[in-house]
Parts: sequence; structure tokens; C-alpha cells
Amino acid sequence: MQSLTNRAKPVDRRPMTFAEKLYLPAIAKGMGITLKHLFKKKATVNYPEETRPFSPVFRGLHILNRDEMGRERCTACGLCAVACPAEAITMEAAERLPGEEHLYREEKYAARYEINMLRCIFCGFCEEACPKQAVYMSETFAPANYQRKGFIYGKEDMLIPHPQKQIKENNQ
Amino acid sequence: MEFTIDWYFIIEKLLLISAVLGISLVVAMYSTWGERKVAAWIQDRRGPNRAGPFGLLQPLADGGKLFFKEEIIPSSANRFLFIMGPSLAMFTACLTSAVIPWGDTLTIAGREVSLQIADINIGVLWIMMVVGMGVYGIMIGGWASNNKFSLLAACRGASQVISYELPMGLALIALFMISGSLSLKDIVEQQREGVWFVLLQPIGFLIFLICSFAETNRTPFDLPEAENELNGGYHLEYSSMKLGFYLFAEYINMFISSVLMATLYFGGYAFPFMDKLGIDGNWLTVLGIGALFLKTLFFIFFFMWVRWTIPRFRYDQLMKLGWKVLIPLALLNMLITGAWILFRENGFNF
Repeated sequence: MQSLTNRAKPVDRRPMTFAEKLYLPAIAKGMGITLKHLFKKKATVNYPEETRPFSPVFRGLHILNRDEMGRERCTACGLCAVACPAEAITMEAAERLPGEEHLYREEKYAARYEINMLRCIFCGFCEEACPKQAVYMSETFAPANYQRKGFIYGKEDMLIPHPQKQIKENNQ
Repeated sequence: MEFTIDWYFIIEKLLLISAVLGISLVVAMYSTWGERKVAAWIQDRRGPNRAGPFGLLQPLADGGKLFFKEEIIPSSANRFLFIMGPSLAMFTACLTSAVIPWGDTLTIAGREVSLQIADINIGVLWIMMVVGMGVYGIMIGGWASNNKFSLLAACRGASQVISYELPMGLALIALFMISGSLSLKDIVEQQREGVWFVLLQPIGFLIFLICSFAETNRTPFDLPEAENELNGGYHLEYSSMKLGFYLFAEYINMFISSVLMATLYFGGYAFPFMDKLGIDGNWLTVLGIGALFLKTLFFIFFFMWVRWTIPRFRYDQLMKLGWKVLIPLALLNMLITGAWILFRENGFNF
């Protein structure tokens, strides 16, 4: 029969010689192999202290983006919710009132924007669907909570910090 | 007639006993840590490193966990024997260290203090006796659990220890033919003056080494435990600190076996050129203790190294090795040793 790879070895069914029956040389050989492994570089990454580098297209937890003046970009069009195959996104739209121009970029905004992280499959379709570049996926990836309701992320969990306010707070 | 009690002697012995017991327990405790580290390193992992620096507090965490776990005694088990099993295992494990010379004498305030709890002239016989009793912990625990796997493990443990005590004893007889004494102190002193007995008894040492693996129930001879066929064997029904006692007893046994190998075959507290260093008294004794512990640590490491290299034997292979290989080999070794002694003393003039 033709072998699939060139690494195939025929099975040796000859009876063991006396040297092989002693077992001790074979055991010594095995001990040598384990001793070599004792000093090898460890494969483990010390997780919380060290993290494995992600590729630039990694899809982690979502963030909601602001524009350069700190206004929310989301206009609650609902395209992300439509694109979502896991139906993890819900939102409620509201109209921007006069005097709120510094808070919201568009005339319509999301009063409530929730993503259920237990439903989310991190496919990234929401990111692709968004016409306003409002939703992005970050590199954080391990949400942890004691209750299910803790996994429903609201606006306050996902909105990135206000760029100008953040600078002020850092200077203080 | 008036009895005078030498109070210093009693205090000295009590201190020594507590020290030896404490050291055995601490070494056993850190052997669990060492075991996990060695296992991890051999498998290219890091091992415990969360509790304290390098995971050094891990044994404390494990012990604390075992103490707080729920204590379960199966309703069909024999309560008295069920509790006696682990107690006996622990008791016999701690008993062996009494006759081991941990060092030469220390001179404290004009008193010569021997670092051996009891220098009895049948030292090695005592050890064989205690090791033989050690299997009762496994047998009683396995039987009292009233579980078929535990019972099988108890049977295995008993026959394994009996089978391997024979070649062990025969290997030791060849050693005593050279030393002419059963006292461990004498054996060490002879090696201090002459050469280490491993050079005179290489086959004897090999047999003793293999038998110690079997006696301490360590891989490749951990058939009473056999987690994948007997589900943990004799300690299957045990929980909480009673399980801890069994595991702990195994590590103490391992420590004592290592000390014994170092003492009988590798010079104990004696190391080469120790009498030519130009120091004597207490410092030399301290160095000697250091040498003994270094040898012991190597053997403990060796036990672990073998555990993570060699798979477990099948039961028939174990019996075959014990009865068909080791016993004839030990007898042959005895014969050669006897012939060699006769030849050295008399030449060919029989």
C-alpha cells in the first residue's frame, strides 16, 4: 500500500533482544528526554500579567465612539441591530433637543443602547454595518460578572471617555 | 536503690524528636509543591505560581483547603477502621525516621549530642518492620471503605509490598555482609572511612532503588492508586484531611526512602574528604547535615523525575519483575558479594 506521507515507519515485530529486555537503557533514554524538557522554554503565557498580542483585526468587546469634539456619533439608525445575526443589540432612539448639540452629533441619538454580551458572537457585522463609525470592537475580550444582567452592556459601559473632559481630569 | 533521671537527656531527645518530625513534615509539605513544579517543568508548563512568590504558599493553601472540606464517612463503611487507616499510614510513615543518623555529634555546652534519636543495633531491621507495617494503612483503609475498587487496591497494595520486600531485604543482606553491622550509624561511619557502598554494591543499590519505588507506591508502581483503572484505589472514599493524611504519608515515605538510600549507599552525612578539610566539631557536623539533605533532595527529585517519565506497569508485569527478575538478581548479588568477601580475606585458600 502506498503510504500517505514519507514519515511512515514499518512496525518492527521482531522479538526483543536481551539489551532491550533489560529496559534500563530505554528508561535512561526517556529520562534524558524529560530532563531536556525540564529546562525548555515554557509555553505558558502568565495571563493577567502578560497578554498574548492580538492581530489588528481582533474582535473583542464593543465600544461606542465619540467624534473629536466629544459628541456621541451614534444616530440610532438600527442598522447594527438589523445586521446582528445573534440579535444581541437593542436600542431606543430619541430626538436631540435644542441645547444638546454638544452631546450628540446628529439630530437623532440613541437614548438607550444595549448589547447582550452573552448573545453576542463577536462576528463584527455591527461594526461593518455602522454608517457613522460609531460602534467598534476593542481588544478587551473577557467580560466577567456574577449575574446575567451584568452582561447586558449599556451606553455607560461602552461609551469611550470624553476626549476633552478626560484631558481636564488628567491635568487636575 | 535510687533512680536518677537525666533530665538533659530527656529534653535533648524530645527536642530532637520534634525537630525530626517537624523537618519530615515540612519536607513532605514542600515535596507536594516540588512535585507539581517538576511535573509542570517536564511538561513545559510553569506550575503553581499564584500563592506567594514562586507559588511557595501553595502547600499551605492546599492544606487549608483539605481541612475545610466536608468530611464524609460512607454509611456502609466500618467507622473505626475507616478512621484508623489514614492514621496508621501517617503513624508508620513518621516512625521510620527514629533510627536515621541525621548527622554526627554536636557539642553543646560540653555535652555530646548525637543527632540520631535511637542508635539501636538493629536499625535497618526496624525500618523493614515499619515499612512492612505501612501497608496496613492501605489495607485497612481499602477494606473499611466497603468499595470494590478500594478493596482491589488494598489487595494489590498488600501483595505488592510483600513481593518487593523480599528483593529489598535480600539486597540489604549483601550490604550487611560488607558492613557487618545493622546499625545505621556504623554503616555511615564505615563509608566515612572507606568508600560509599554504592561503589561496592551497584546491583544491590539498583534493586533497592526499584524496590523503594514499589514500597512507597510511586509511579511506575503506583498500582494501589491507579487513578485511571481503580479511580484512586484505597483512598477513593476518603475526603478532607483523611485523604490529606494518605497523600502526606506517601510524601513522608518518599522523604524517608530518599534519606535511607543516601544513608545506606551514598555515605549519609559523610562526604568525600570531610576529614581532610581541617575543620572539626560542630561546623563539620553542620556541613554533614547539609550533605545528607543535598543527597536526599536529589533522590526526592529522582522520584518525581521518574514519575513523570515512566508509565505505570501492568499488574502481571509488576509481579513478574518482582519475583522473576529482582529476587534472582538479588540472590546472585548476594552470592557474588559472598564470594568476593571470601576471596579478599582468604585468597584461594578455602
